[in-house]
Amino acid sequence: MKEIRYIWGVKEAIYEEMEKDEQVVFIGEDVGSPGGSFGASKGLLETFGSERIIDTPISEAGIVGMAAGAAACGLRPIVEIMFMDFMTVCMDGIVNQIAKMRYMFGSRYSMPIVIRTPGGGGLNAGPQHSQCLEAWFAHVPGLKVVMPSTPYDVKGLLKSAIRDDNPVIVVENKSLHALKGEIPNDEYVVEIGKADIKKSGTDVTVVATSRMVHESLKASEKLSKQGIEIEVIDLRSISPWDKETVFNSVGKTHHLVIAHEAVKQCGIGAEISAVVAEEIMDELDAPIERVGAPFVPVPFNLEQVYLPDSENVVTAVEKTMERLF
Amino acid sequence: MTKLSKKTMILFYTQMIRIRKMEEKLMEVFANGEIPGFIHVCIGQEATPVAVCSQLNDSDYMANTHRGHGHALAKGIKPDMFMAELFGRSNGPCRGRAGSMHLADMNLGILGANGIVGGGIPIANGAAFASMYKKTDQVTVCFFGEGATDEGTFHEALNIASVMKLPIIFVCENNGWAEFTPQSVHMTIKDVSKRAASYKIPAKTVSNDFFEIYDAAAAFVKRARQGKGPSLLEVQSSRWHGHFVGDAQKYRDKKEIDTAMKSDCIANFKKYLFEKKILNKKINQKILTDIDQEIDAAVEFARTSPLPEASELMEELWA
Repeated sequence: MKEIRYIWGVKEAIYEEMEKDEQVVFIGEDVGSPGGSFGASKGLLETFGSERIIDTPISEAGIVGMAAGAAACGLRPIVEIMFMDFMTVCMDGIVNQIAKMRYMFGSRYSMPIVIRTPGGGGLNAGPQHSQCLEAWFAHVPGLKVVMPSTPYDVKGLLKSAIRDDNPVIVVENKSLHALKGEIPNDEYVVEIGKADIKKSGTDVTVVATSRMVHESLKASEKLSKQGIEIEVIDLRSISPWDKETVFNSVGKTHHLVIAHEAVKQCGIGAEISAVVAEEIMDELDAPIERVGAPFVPVPFNLEQVYLPDSENVVTAVEKTMERLF
Repeated sequence: MTKLSKKTMILFYTQMIRIRKMEEKLMEVFANGEIPGFIHVCIGQEATPVAVCSQLNDSDYMANTHRGHGHALAKGIKPDMFMAELFGRSNGPCRGRAGSMHLADMNLGILGANGIVGGGIPIANGAAFASMYKKTDQVTVCFFGEGATDEGTFHEALNIASVMKLPIIFVCENNGWAEFTPQSVHMTIKDVSKRAASYKIPAKTVSNDFFEIYDAAAAFVKRARQGKGPSLLEVQSSRWHGHFVGDAQKYRDKKEIDTAMKSDCIANFKKYLFEKKILNKKINQKILTDIDQEIDAAVEFARTSPLPEASELMEELWA
């Protein structure tokens, strides 16, 4: 085992897969000699050269479209969109083109594209550099969406994403980039679509994504002291998401809390709540609680008030335990 | 002007006739309600796809637009397969999922017509990048209209192509109408090719004359194949019909339509062939009859081809 930071996990995954497969190319803004805005591609240019590490103009729509065409013609592009907020300026490429090209054109070829993008708050970067827009992409057939929360998962999921013959959006939370964690020295991958039970518990199931996994684990320590044992599930992939693991847990605890940093309204929590209510409502002993950001843009000055944290998870857990049917 | 053999000129003439007659037949079957959705015909603009695609190999790539029937036929799609796709039949090259507006066939390098104006331009760059990366001598042609040059994707893609020196030829078919709006309303220039200058991309504007288009395309394709980078060819043509079939064109002056129809790229080419005694009435009649038969057979093929089963809806979303 070795200890690495989350962002190094990103870089190791790209490095290893580029070494293994010549069809993999890395495209983005400032990804060449600057090494990426968050350092994900430091040193890659020196190793793989400018033919494979493609530093582009500030043209997200141009980059994403180029990745679409390159994938259709046999390459396996990894695209870095510097901030998740900038995904909005290349939505046509992602939603109308990349997500649809395989199916629309008769499933005659595959679209192996990875778009990795840092989302979330924590840097006081304000309304246009802090959003969590993952639910937008989970709403689109033809895209897979993963949200690794640890150095181990980001490396393993990114490697799986690069090997996947379908488009995968890898959402990193910026506040996790510096997080340290242990990973094996040997090669490994993490399967897309599989959740991870971070902590077992019997009282309440807490399904969390990305940074909120860590907040939920913090909450579990506080709740343990009150004699409440929550089960923390790191969803890891939000499209497809691991229904089986969530259902098994709800079948055990009969209480469900869903926690994400994205705005609560129409977040992925809404989908999970709806599916649980549709399919296993009878397993629930109390209403589902959701933790998410309030319905306002991320303010520059009040970010800490805005961001959901462990206290919100504690409150949600307490509420679902009080509001028995 | 490039010297072309008689046989080649007859072939080009036949290809242009095929496109025009195919479009006319499509207007008929669409009006009969046999094809749902929208179709956009390219009547009046047939010279461009034929002249440009005549420079390409099967392995070269081509991206095009919603008004894309001519490009696909010129790039080599077989009329029966073409018609089956437009009829939404499961044996079409896209299983009938694409229809007219998104027709593609990667076996012929047809990257796909695009329902999003300007959507195909960055994708074409990607194909050009892939062939450059693999060090093949393939080139990519990207067709779009003058309306698409108002989209950000056009400017982003041209800049990227220039910076990366991609083997791509951008072909702007300036037919004067962006949907229902004349060019003068949405841009202050007449020659769209001027836009290429700010990306240091060589460009040329030609009229809707087969030979002018052919010569310019030949030079630009050669340039791209030699690794000298992107170029832009603008053809100033005219759209005879509405934006889509069924568009009554109430926004358009009748005189302007008449003028457009007078400058007929096929009639001009035919006149030249007659003058040079390459074509005579007998050969011409045979070409027209053969094409009619070919198109009737394609329509019949499409009509009798299977519609998809409902169970196919969920098939093969994922690779």
